[in-house]
Amino acid sequence: MRYLLLFLKRNYFYILFVVMETVAVYLTVMNHHFHYSIMLNATGQITGSIENSMNNITEYLRLKDANVRLAEENARLRAALSESKLIKDTLHFTTVDTTNKQQYEYIPAKVISNSVTRRSNYIMLNKGIVDGIRPDMAVISPDGIVGIVSKVSRNFSWVNSVLHKQTKISAKIKKNGFVGTIVWDGKDHQVGNLKDIPANVQLKKGDTVITSGYSFLFPTGIMVGKIKNFKVDEGYHFYDIDLEFSQEFSKLAYVYVVVNLMKEEQEQLQEIKPNEQ
Amino acid sequence: MNNKILINILRLIILVVIQVMVLNRINLGGYLNPYLYIMFILLLPFETPKWLLLLASFGIGITVDAFSGSYAIHAFAATFMGFMRPVVLRMITSKKEYEPGLRPGIQDLGFNWFLNYSVLLVLFHHLALYFIENFSFADFFLTIWRIILNTILTVAVIFLTQYLFFTSKQQTT
Repeated sequence: MRYLLLFLKRNYFYILFVVMETVAVYLTVMNHHFHYSIMLNATGQITGSIENSMNNITEYLRLKDANVRLAEENARLRAALSESKLIKDTLHFTTVDTTNKQQYEYIPAKVISNSVTRRSNYIMLNKGIVDGIRPDMAVISPDGIVGIVSKVSRNFSWVNSVLHKQTKISAKIKKNGFVGTIVWDGKDHQVGNLKDIPANVQLKKGDTVITSGYSFLFPTGIMVGKIKNFKVDEGYHFYDIDLEFSQEFSKLAYVYVVVNLMKEEQEQLQEIKPNEQ
Repeated sequence: MNNKILINILRLIILVVIQVMVLNRINLGGYLNPYLYIMFILLLPFETPKWLLLLASFGIGITVDAFSGSYAIHAFAATFMGFMRPVVLRMITSKKEYEPGLRPGIQDLGFNWFLNYSVLLVLFHHLALYFIENFSFADFFLTIWRIILNTILTVAVIFLTQYLFFTSKQQTT
């Protein structure tokens, strides 16, 4: 016992060091696995409100840019309205729309903190549980995909940006529909990678990549980016594609959180495999 | 002595506020970000007990983490840096003895000493920070390259702050 105490006394510095590093690693790793954090929930309210008031100041600097983007999107949406289309086919009338059920709803939110410099980047939004935001909802902006909600507190939420080690988003090449996966290699925050496209597919620089809608999170056809470079390494059967994100991640201001109203149903169906009785 | 504790607590608060409110929003070249808050660990007095050094490092790290939503990676890196500080102090010698009352800074120990001291410790901090953030040795050389660039940036910002605020204060008192 005496020797134990003596040992502890002599080496307390190293023991304290190991204990504290273990705590830090534990906190980091636990969050990676369980998507839940006591620390963030406890401090999210305080830090969230500080970030919010800081953002009220810096928001003015981005207001003009955000305005332009929203106006552009309004114009696009107006063009998509049925009023702006010349209706030739008079055989199809939709009166009460019972066949086309609403599948997606959008909750507008403001970005109050964002980063692009880390290997895994996070975005904080000014909406939380009370506004209907839940983990695993997709986040998009007028310019393209942004990320996936990871943690939610009462009034704020954390989003794993597309620029995150663990974010994988199903996407397809618009012109031929081949489906791959979007990942980010941590280098340039404007350039992502598209994996799993077979090497026999015809590609061109500048081809548009959009979301495939296979993951139940993102609606189909949300802009991801344009192909910047592609090559096939010797001995591989898949392309190594670099794509330029359409969203400028360092300039995020306003985003939409996508609510998939039929996600539960889709997931339940997925559990019942088609070949099982 | 009480005065010294107060100054250090004040410095901790100011550095965390600057780090969280201003520096975390700076992205030079897309992936560089000065971490000025670790100057707190650099400037702790020599006579700080070792356990307090570790606790203070962990404390400032976890505070920065709480504000930037980065789990506990800064706590990990700062604790590692606090752990390495006595080692670095033994490695680099100065003409003066590390006597109590002497403060680790340019004004007391000179430019060269402080350069060695800060470069080594910032490097240790960044090594721990970037590797726990990646949590793998994939892209090893890219990570090393970023560590080197960011160390240069952080050290530059630390020196700038030293010259702007600490040396002039020394002359007037």
